[in-house]
Amino acid sequence: MDLILEGIKKAFWLLVTLDPEVMGITLLSLQVSGAATLISLLIGISIGVMVALSRFTGKKIVVSLINTGMGLPPVVVGLFVTIFLWRNGPFGILGLLYTPTAMIIAQTVIATPIVMGITLAAIQQLPKKLQLQILSLGATRLQMVWILIKEAKLPLLAAVMAGFGGVISEVGASIMVGGNIKGYSRVLTTATVMETSRGNFDIAIALGIILLLLAYFINLILTQIQQRERPR
Amino acid sequence: MSLNESKPILEARNTEVERGGTTILHVPSLLIRKGEILALIGPNGAGKTTLLQALSYLLKPFQGEIFFKGEKVNSNHSIFEYRRKLAMVFQEPLLFDTTVFENVASGLKIRGMRRTEIRRRVMEQLDRFGISHLSNRSARTLSGGEAQRTSLARAFAIEPEVLLLDEPFASLDPPTRDSLIEDLEHILQQTRTTVIFATHDRSEALRLSDRMAVMNEGKIFQIGSPEEVMNHPIDEFVASFVGVETILSGRVIKKYSGTFLASVLGQEIEVVGDVHLGETVVLCIRPENVTLSTSIFKEATSARNMFMGKILKIIPLGLYQKVQLDCGFPLVAYVTNHSLEELSLTEGREVKASFKATAVTVVRRGES
Repeated sequence: MDLILEGIKKAFWLLVTLDPEVMGITLLSLQVSGAATLISLLIGISIGVMVALSRFTGKKIVVSLINTGMGLPPVVVGLFVTIFLWRNGPFGILGLLYTPTAMIIAQTVIATPIVMGITLAAIQQLPKKLQLQILSLGATRLQMVWILIKEAKLPLLAAVMAGFGGVISEVGASIMVGGNIKGYSRVLTTATVMETSRGNFDIAIALGIILLLLAYFINLILTQIQQRERPR
Repeated sequence: MSLNESKPILEARNTEVERGGTTILHVPSLLIRKGEILALIGPNGAGKTTLLQALSYLLKPFQGEIFFKGEKVNSNHSIFEYRRKLAMVFQEPLLFDTTVFENVASGLKIRGMRRTEIRRRVMEQLDRFGISHLSNRSARTLSGGEAQRTSLARAFAIEPEVLLLDEPFASLDPPTRDSLIEDLEHILQQTRTTVIFATHDRSEALRLSDRMAVMNEGKIFQIGSPEEVMNHPIDEFVASFVGVETILSGRVIKKYSGTFLASVLGQEIEVVGDVHLGETVVLCIRPENVTLSTSIFKEATSARNMFMGKILKIIPLGLYQKVQLDCGFPLVAYVTNHSLEELSLTEGREVKASFKATAVTVVRRGES
């Protein structure tokens, strides 16, 4: 019991004094996951909208692939990114393994299907004739796509939050491709695993609290979105 | 309503739309004159929406050519330019998730108009449709009627050369619909916009249109002024769709000059027309043209057709009543509530039904 209380006391101390190592880890987490979410946003929304609006044979297969991708196990992603970046592997020459860049790559692969899938659903939920109405107002195809994205802005925001939430709390792929190198590729999740295994509960709890706060923050935004969305 | 007699503003040739291997629309020729209001009427699935979407190039692929003000619309660029001169309003308002003002402005923003000009035009339309007080309201909070007014204002804001309406009043409740139709009528008289609108409600078509096209199964069966179409339907389908209640099949048994006698279920009906002896004909009699009388004396009247009949059923229809008679052949008459009372017409009573020879339309069927 002492262990826990001591740990919590020290954790608050680390947080309140803005301990540089803890802050550094937090900052890196936000940078890596932020970058991954941004890239997955660009790829995910554009492809999601394209698939939602087009008609082609095999569309059903593509849609179910995207939906399957949403549940991709992060360790599997970690495995494949590792293989690709391995010294003798296809992209080994870039020397990206065990760098933050590798983590961004892995997290992008994890987040993109999530953003894509939710975008697809959001656009498909818009009234079918809305596309025609927008075109009949004289919009170019590009203008139409932009207006549709604006119409679906709330669920799209939810998609981005879901993507970010998924990768900020991800540990498997991040350890495998990042290597958890101190001051370089150590993020909240990977650091927590390490500190816990060493018995440094104060640091581990501090990191855990930050992760919890981030999770709460994301959830808060998602709930606000849900409450604001009323059926028309 | 005066019409511009020069070149048609819109001409569609050989318009054909196929879906899943079947031709769902086939309109060989359609000309729209500038400033006219054309109503497309027909049952659900008749092809009205398909035709509207084909005319506005919202639907592809389709065969056929469209000429706007005499020039052919073909390349991608001219299609886009053409589409920018049109506006379409659907049955659902399909508003954007923003304020009423921004919604009405959306067509103008798409065209990159200056903010000050947008403001002027939007306020003008909001005024016109009586929704200025809703300018800053979110589109989500509007009633059905308010939303549809916003959708119409949005279309009018771009000052389209041709306005297409796809059953715009179908989702509204009767009082809302009536009020909106009345306002739209006045607005169209002011703006003289060319309008093509689809509806399954013939009274709407009758009220607003200069010309009516009756459609079914992807084809236009008849097109003409409402009076023409309503009083001289060319076949049974058109007849029943425009409200002809009595449709009878008979054979020509005698010819006079200008009229003929048709034998229908043992009775003889005199009809204006030029037919061949022995021919089978289908006759249409509008219920408004049938007069009922309880007088037992032979009157001097110009109505050539007089039959005794029994009232089978009286159905109230609001301002008047529908009386179904058996005169040897089934006959339907519309009678005002006032007359019904005065004549004490009740079910089972025998009355005299009369109609003129000119009130019977012939849809010629075939040789005997």
